[in-house]
Amino acid sequence: MKPVSQYEQDISSIRLMMEKSVKFISLSGLSGVLAGVYALAGATAAYFMIHYPASPFEYRMYSVNSEEVIGNLLGIAALVLVASLLTGILFSSRKAKKQNTTLWNPVSKTLFLNLAVPLVTGGIFVLIVLYNGHFGIAAPATLIFYGLALISASSQTFEEVRYLGFCEIVIGLIAAAMPGFGLLFWAIGFGVLHIIYGSLMYFRHDQ
Amino acid sequence: MKNPFDNLDKMLEHRLRLQIMSILIMHDAYDFNALKDLLGVTDGNLASHIKALEKEKYVLVHKTFVDRKPNTKYKASERGRNAFKKHIDALEAVIKSQK
Repeated sequence: MKPVSQYEQDISSIRLMMEKSVKFISLSGLSGVLAGVYALAGATAAYFMIHYPASPFEYRMYSVNSEEVIGNLLGIAALVLVASLLTGILFSSRKAKKQNTTLWNPVSKTLFLNLAVPLVTGGIFVLIVLYNGHFGIAAPATLIFYGLALISASSQTFEEVRYLGFCEIVIGLIAAAMPGFGLLFWAIGFGVLHIIYGSLMYFRHDQ
Repeated sequence: MKNPFDNLDKMLEHRLRLQIMSILIMHDAYDFNALKDLLGVTDGNLASHIKALEKEKYVLVHKTFVDRKPNTKYKASERGRNAFKKHIDALEAVIKSQK
C-alpha cells in the first residue's frame, strides 16, 4: 500500500501517458508564425507580378492568362510551401528534443498521414484545374483543402489546429465567391491566420 | 465498510506497469520501441515489466518481422482492459475516501 498522494500521482501519470500517446505535442508555434511570414512575402511578390500598379484591395476583373506568369506564381507557391515545411520540421524537432521525445513516432506518423491525404489530393486537384485554365479556383481550393487537412489532423495535436482549419475553410469559401480577391484572401488565410495562430500556440504551448 | 484499498490491483500498483497499460488501452497495438521512447525507460526495465503483464495475461504479444528485423507489438487483452478499469475505479474510491 502506498500513501494516497502516490495514487493521485498515478492518475496524473495515466493522463499524461494517454495524451502523449495520441497527441503530437512538439508542433512548434514559432514555425507557424514564420510560415505566415513566408506566405505574406510570397503574396507580396505575386501582387507585384499580377496586380501592380492596381491597389491590392481593388477587385480584379481580369484573369491572369500568360503561361509565364502562372509558372512564376507556381514557383513562388512551391517556395513558400517548401520553406514552411522545412521550418516546421526544424523547429518541431528542436522542441521534441527539449521535451525529451522524438519527432518521428506513431503519433506524428498518423498526424502526417491525416494531413497528407487531403493536402496531396488538393495539390493535384489545383494543378489539374490550373492546367485546364481555371485560374480563379486555385486560391480558394488551396485554402479549402488546407483547412480540411488541418481538421483531419487536429485530433493528433493541439485543439487550436481544428479551429484554424475551420477558419481556412470559411476564408476559402468566401474567396470562391469573390475570385477577384483571390490573392488577398490567400494572403489572409496563409499569412495573417498563421501568424495569429502561431503566436497563440507559441504562448500557450512553446514555453 | 469494505476497505477501498482491497480493490487495487497489485499488478497495476507499479507506476510503469500502469503507464504501459494506459498507453495500450488507447491504441490497437503498440510496438516495443515506440513504447520505450514514450515512457523514457531502458530496454531491460520495460521488458521485465511487460513480461510481468504478459504473465498475468493483461497484454497479448504479436511477434512479426519487418524488413527481416524482429518487431514486437503489444495489445491490451480484454482481461487487461477490465483489470485497468477496476483499478482506476479503486483509485478513485481510495482518493475519495481520504477526503
